[in-house]
Amino acid sequence: MQEAMINRAKQLLADGTVNRVIGWKRGEFVYDVTPAIFETAEEIDAEFVYDDFTAANVSKYLVKESKKDGKILAFLKPCDTYSFNQLTKEHRVVRDNVYIIGIPGGPKLDAEKIKAKGITGILGAKNDNGTLVIDTLYGEEKMPYYEALSTKCESCKSKKHVVYDELIGEDGDILESNRFDMVEKLENMSAQERYDFWREQLSKCIRCNACRNVCPACTCEKCVFDNPNSGVENKAPADSFEENMFHIIRAFHVAGRCTDCGECSRVCPQNIPLHLLNRKFIKDINSLYGNYQAGEDTTSRAPLNDYKTDDCEASIVHERGVE
Amino acid sequence: MQVKENKEFEPLIVAFCCNWCSYAGADLSGTNRLNYPTNVKIIRVPCSCRVNPMFILRAFQRGADGVILCGCHPGDCHYTSGNYFTRRRMTLLFSMLDFLGIERDRTRVEWVSAAEGAKFAATMNEFTEAVKKLGPNRRLEDLRCRKQ
Repeated sequence: MQEAMINRAKQLLADGTVNRVIGWKRGEFVYDVTPAIFETAEEIDAEFVYDDFTAANVSKYLVKESKKDGKILAFLKPCDTYSFNQLTKEHRVVRDNVYIIGIPGGPKLDAEKIKAKGITGILGAKNDNGTLVIDTLYGEEKMPYYEALSTKCESCKSKKHVVYDELIGEDGDILESNRFDMVEKLENMSAQERYDFWREQLSKCIRCNACRNVCPACTCEKCVFDNPNSGVENKAPADSFEENMFHIIRAFHVAGRCTDCGECSRVCPQNIPLHLLNRKFIKDINSLYGNYQAGEDTTSRAPLNDYKTDDCEASIVHERGVE
Repeated sequence: MQVKENKEFEPLIVAFCCNWCSYAGADLSGTNRLNYPTNVKIIRVPCSCRVNPMFILRAFQRGADGVILCGCHPGDCHYTSGNYFTRRRMTLLFSMLDFLGIERDRTRVEWVSAAEGAKFAATMNEFTEAVKKLGPNRRLEDLRCRKQ
């Protein structure tokens, strides 16, 4: 796969279709694969990487990149194409300045989950019929493959590319995912249990703002959390209210626009399951206002920018579920 | 000398009322000499749609025990469709607060027209009673804002 991508990228650079490529390169460790921009074939040969640790969604980078001169080549996984489509719909990217190659996503690995098993010095990993064989500094280690999957890949919603100029590999289908299972489990807990669950999770927050910075839906140039007069600017939460407030507002600001790409949870250094908050909104929108998948198209109205005269009343919240 | 302390919990209720219907409704309940609790503090907003979810969280932060949002009946909005957006927004917000384990009876949306002074008073009585039962807001307060 990496070979095919590199070849195609070099071709497109050579024939002048694009003048740069956004892809990924290695960080300090093999599993630290980060997005990077390449301008020459040599750079691509030297550093371009696409492997099982390449989970980052590059569509947010295109907000800035697509406004520069010349076309940029972007490799988008199926989940990334939803984010890109959503950004196109919000007029945040210039679609004509981006040449999109759709690539198969495939489940990605989470190095943190491998490390949690006590496996360190990771040099590489590959799937061998449900067993993950990990090459480390200290020899070969094994663990069940599904236990090493990135949380966002555990419940994949779609392998279909919703936007692309060309494809490498086959296009997939929209999947039946079990992504709302955990949300449902929480909904069935008592209010006290839910409160305790979220205290345990959210109290870990250090307000590094990584979830906001990585989120492809968070593209405001001026963010409420950066406003020094708001009292909620960049600082560690001082008490439970601030923890709650940051996460409620963050999730609310992307409600109806979140494509459920799962980047927020992936980047969280404290492993807070932030995607659950987003999924709660998605689940509510689906059940109250009809199924809606953000980023699926570029024409429909976002649920919070729309209304029906016979929408349910807010009191529905008091009537359903467990108290 | 001992001062007899009033031990009964008196909640602080913040009511966001839209300028065109509910605020006038509150006015009418006053001119009709209807009683509603003094716990209710009214904040007038141009439209119920003006209420940002942040306002509701802020009210809780600064010591409110319950927050109620009143607007024109759906279809009667002075700005045609403001309250329809409010309805979706607040449904999702309240659902999220519930999801985070905050007592669901602390928040409410009620439609009160300018002619419904009696409904305004009744709603406020009922809501204050409900919040009183819940006790002080502890799950969504900012300790630094608590009055000693």
